[in-house]
Amino acid sequence: MKKKIQLTLNGKKTILEAPAHRLLLDLLRDEIGLTGTKEGCGTGDCGACTVFLNGKPVNSCLILSGELDGAELVTIEGLKIGPELHPIQKAFIQDGGAQCGYCTPGMLMMAKALLDENPNPTEEEIRFALSGNLCRCTGYAKIIQAVQDAAKEIRQAARR
Amino acid sequence: MKRPEPLEIYQPTSVNEACQIIKQSGPGGHFLAGGTDLVIAIKEKGWVPRYVVDLKRIPSLSEILTNSDGSLVLGALTTMREIEISPLIRDRYPFLAQSAAEVGSIQIRHRATIGGNMANATPSADVAPALIALDAKAKISGENSERIVALEKFFVGPGKTVMKPDEILTALIIPPHPATLRGEYIKFSPREMMDLAYVGVAVALAMDERKKVKHVRIALGAVAPIPMRARKAEAIVLDQILSEEIAEQAGGEAAKECSPISDVRSSADYRREMVRVNTKRALLNAASEHWRPTSWVERRDRRY
Repeated sequence: MKKKIQLTLNGKKTILEAPAHRLLLDLLRDEIGLTGTKEGCGTGDCGACTVFLNGKPVNSCLILSGELDGAELVTIEGLKIGPELHPIQKAFIQDGGAQCGYCTPGMLMMAKALLDENPNPTEEEIRFALSGNLCRCTGYAKIIQAVQDAAKEIRQAARR
Repeated sequence: MKRPEPLEIYQPTSVNEACQIIKQSGPGGHFLAGGTDLVIAIKEKGWVPRYVVDLKRIPSLSEILTNSDGSLVLGALTTMREIEISPLIRDRYPFLAQSAAEVGSIQIRHRATIGGNMANATPSADVAPALIALDAKAKISGENSERIVALEKFFVGPGKTVMKPDEILTALIIPPHPATLRGEYIKFSPREMMDLAYVGVAVALAMDERKKVKHVRIALGAVAPIPMRARKAEAIVLDQILSEEIAEQAGGEAAKECSPISDVRSSADYRREMVRVNTKRALLNAASEHWRPTSWVERRDRRY
């Protein structure tokens, strides 16, 4: 059965109708057309589908559309600040923090969640925060480097 | 990956309303909390619920409250992440916060709830031993009814609890404990993160000024059909000064008391041996001066 859902999606108020059983991941990709969010495992193990729901990073592959009325969502498409790439995106490009790129949207979202809470994380704290995001190219060293560089950039920008 | 079949979703705003929906709609329904078990079961185990009753719109279920008698009430929809980072829980019962931090990833912990985790009664649930070590009680609500069951008696078997289909686990209640209570939770698992425990050991204890153990609970996860207390091991520790020798004896006794199975993660014999080792470690960690770990790295290193 279709259900009317009111959302704030990447800052915009959105009203749509969706079947209650539709996964948030599919709602974003197939019905709204935001295909940046990826499906990896489909069971909450890999983090490729990470989005922000009410400010918190979650696995969109495990959420039903029927749960979402009134929710505030931010996807990878909402990470940019205006036309500018987010410093985390820039750092991933600069440091080669993406190989095949499939885990990257999830990594970026989780890095954002971490840096919002902790602008100066240690390497161990970054590893802990990203433990639910798998990279099968195993480019973890560069991903961690990119998060550290992004953190530095964000801290410096705050001082400017 | 399989997609859910069409279903109806109800979003009641009170416990009574939720119970009525289940009663009126009949079999084939399921309560939904964080969904991190339910949606996976739909995808992987072929569950096809006709309808789900989403409990997240019931405001009273997601609070952490302190009662005047010092008991702590964790609403059933408190997320694992909230328990992990709650200043109150980290201060009073850091090993409970630690057990919650062992569950899945941060993304999972933002959704997974303590009540959902208990109601699903997975034998390896990390918070269960920590809660049992704290003598936690389960508050079960039905339509205009309420009962309280010791969490240890709440579990009946893998995936089974004492609850009837139209009852809801609404809170976990931790009774008051002396300020001197200390503890430890050790998860022993194939991976550092994102895997289930081979063995989980929770210890809560209090010592007098001469370091004699005056109160002790040892609870084990993943080594029996339900999370269990190792009472014979507790008896060895009680009224003793916790030496390495006593901890070793208690570990040996806990290994005898449990009844693990062999599965994809490990053999029953290995689990039993790891109960012995980790019970000893958990007891000694809990009794040590530095029983409060500060970072996950320190926590990890204390396991070995």
